[in-house]
Amino acid sequence: MPDLFSSPDDAPWTPALLARTMRRVLEGGIGRVWLRAEVSGLKVYRSGHWYFTLRDAEAQLRAVMWRTYASRHPEPPADGTQVFVYGMPTVWEEKGELRFTVLELLPGERLGPQQLALERVRKALERDGLFEPARKRPLPPLPERIAVVTSLDGAALHDMITVTRSRWPAVELVILDSRVQGAEAEAELVRALRQVNRLPRIDVCILGRGGGSREDLAAFNSEAVCRALAAVTVPTISAVGHETDVTFTDLVADHRAATPSAAMELAVPDRDEILGRVSSLGLRLGQALGRGTRLARERLARAGDRLEVALSRRLERPRRDLERLGAQLDALSPLRVLDRGYAVARDASGRVLRRREDFVPGQPFGLTVSDGVVPARAVGPA
Amino acid sequence: MTAPESGKASLAEDLRRLEEIVRELEREDADLDRALALFEEGVARLRGARERLTQAEARVRKVLEDAEGQLLEIPLDEGN
Repeated sequence: MPDLFSSPDDAPWTPALLARTMRRVLEGGIGRVWLRAEVSGLKVYRSGHWYFTLRDAEAQLRAVMWRTYASRHPEPPADGTQVFVYGMPTVWEEKGELRFTVLELLPGERLGPQQLALERVRKALERDGLFEPARKRPLPPLPERIAVVTSLDGAALHDMITVTRSRWPAVELVILDSRVQGAEAEAELVRALRQVNRLPRIDVCILGRGGGSREDLAAFNSEAVCRALAAVTVPTISAVGHETDVTFTDLVADHRAATPSAAMELAVPDRDEILGRVSSLGLRLGQALGRGTRLARERLARAGDRLEVALSRRLERPRRDLERLGAQLDALSPLRVLDRGYAVARDASGRVLRRREDFVPGQPFGLTVSDGVVPARAVGPA
Repeated sequence: MTAPESGKASLAEDLRRLEEIVRELEREDADLDRALALFEEGVARLRGARERLTQAEARVRKVLEDAEGQLLEIPLDEGN
């Protein structure tokens, strides 16, 4: 007779250990699945949880739907109803019983093969992390070239061009024509999205079409299109239909917009805002020149040399102009000062000659005036 | 002249460089030659940025693939 108790490795399991192990094996080995089954013996407990049996002709499973999930349904399904349920098998350790935990329950007659196919795609994309928020990339602040995958015939393209013209004309739209519905749409969208990666200097990619029926949007729920979209190397925006239609491309893209116009508004900044920023930079530039050269001017003024005083004045004048005129660019330019008759002397290396000793008798130097440089030669220090 | 021809640098590059120039000039320690050079570049960058913003007309191109699989970008005729 074998010695049942001699080896510590063969120590007897406890019910708790066995039940826990069974639960782990079951949950880990099967995970979440969809079941098509008939509901029977459903009881709603005061706690709000639903307990029922899921069965077909050959087998049955006890099932539970916790209140959190059950409460999303207005009423429990009647006995004998065909349903699709999503959930996972588990072991209820305290009772040592098998349970199917239901997370979602859909009436069987309303879930056609198309929806089941959609569910398969959703799960595949989810499994591969394509919906992960962590992989979402930010949009560049000032895009210069935007790839637009859409139909050349659609209203979506017209809307996007209109938004671009009014909001941010400093951009180039590169259109990749593709059918967006019908049997060819999937293959054409995939091809267009792959082409985006072969175009030079693209900053953003928008995938868009106008709203449509659920069938019209089918290509935007296609696994192949979603994977091609995820493989685009620049940040992406999905803009399909109106707000009520959410497609898988919306979930896979880095950003989602309710309409193609809204996608373009996301992609490009507002010109007036950027012009405001440019003007304020112009103002600061003018003021900064004044401040930045104040020390130099003070040194020059102390020296009292005529040339230096002239240079100092030359700086004083544009400084006042600049502070007054702010962003008026033409007036900001030192070239304007030259227009008024001032000149700058520079030696061959471009250094400004600002003191008498900077001029060596006989040595050539350049005199920059309003329209160019005049070659000159020092006759001697004054 | 150290500033680039306007229209060559990108807008983002112009704005980034302008911020740099303004910050450097605002530090008040730039020497005169340097300050003038920075200022001249700043003005050119400002002009470039403004031209880009006020004169640009959004360009629209469409992509075609030729027989060798090369991608071509041609201007989109919006009439069709």
